[in-house]
Amino acid sequence: MSTDRIEKEVLLHATLERVWEAISDSNQFGAWFGVAFDGPFVEGARLTGRIVPTTVDEEVARLQKPHAGKAFEFLVDRIEQMQRISFRWHPFAVDASVDYSKEPTTLIVFELREVPSGVLLAISESGFDQIPLARRAQAFAANDGGWTMQTKLIAKYLTMQP
Amino acid sequence: MIVDRSLKGARLADTAPVFAALGDTTRLHIVARLSDGGGLSTARLTEGTKVSRQAITKHLHALEGAGLVRSGRVGRERIWRLRATRLAEARHYLDQISIQWDAALSRLRTLVEKEKP
Repeated sequence: MSTDRIEKEVLLHATLERVWEAISDSNQFGAWFGVAFDGPFVEGARLTGRIVPTTVDEEVARLQKPHAGKAFEFLVDRIEQMQRISFRWHPFAVDASVDYSKEPTTLIVFELREVPSGVLLAISESGFDQIPLARRAQAFAANDGGWTMQTKLIAKYLTMQP
Repeated sequence: MIVDRSLKGARLADTAPVFAALGDTTRLHIVARLSDGGGLSTARLTEGTKVSRQAITKHLHALEGAGLVRSGRVGRERIWRLRATRLAEARHYLDQISIQWDAALSRLRTLVEKEKP
């Protein structure tokens, strides 16, 4: 599994138009994403988003709570009508004392494909390897100080290589 | 159902979060040698490789800069150790973001699949 990117795919039982609207209209996007944006999605736009904890999912609301109301920058990258929309931002950029503008952004890409049963939505977020490790480390509450089973297996695998 | 495409076709070596970020076989070799938790000197790490001590030192400093190893002087030698905490953190970080995406996409599905009034 890549460390630089996350990829998701979901089949939505809705029309292409409905799905496109939900991801290209900044108000609708904000409603499910859990963010209030201060403007529309237009190519090249620099928007400010404010985190709004969701009422739909208690577990997620708990994770979001410490960040409620915090503002972050959200850049609209490219828009290809009914097909693709992409954004850039700084993940977990919620420390008010930090100037994130100098740090690398991740790229979020939404791609739509019509299929017989609805719309296949593919999302990728990439660029994590460029995020400084110290910034990544701040993102968690629980700090697991030891090796995970996974890394033990990897180390073993690598030592077996000729 | 939300499918995690990044899991498909994963190679074992690809599952190591920061190992993949290193992108260099010599660095992978160094990390593997240090993986049992013990400390090794620059000289010991150079042994058995086809790489010069100078090159190994450069790689070690790069790993140190990335927060993956730390070193200390013991007598005339520099001893290197893996920083296990950082590796686990890098892995957990991606998992956290992945979980948040799963949740957001569930909410998107709820939004688009309900009947419009």
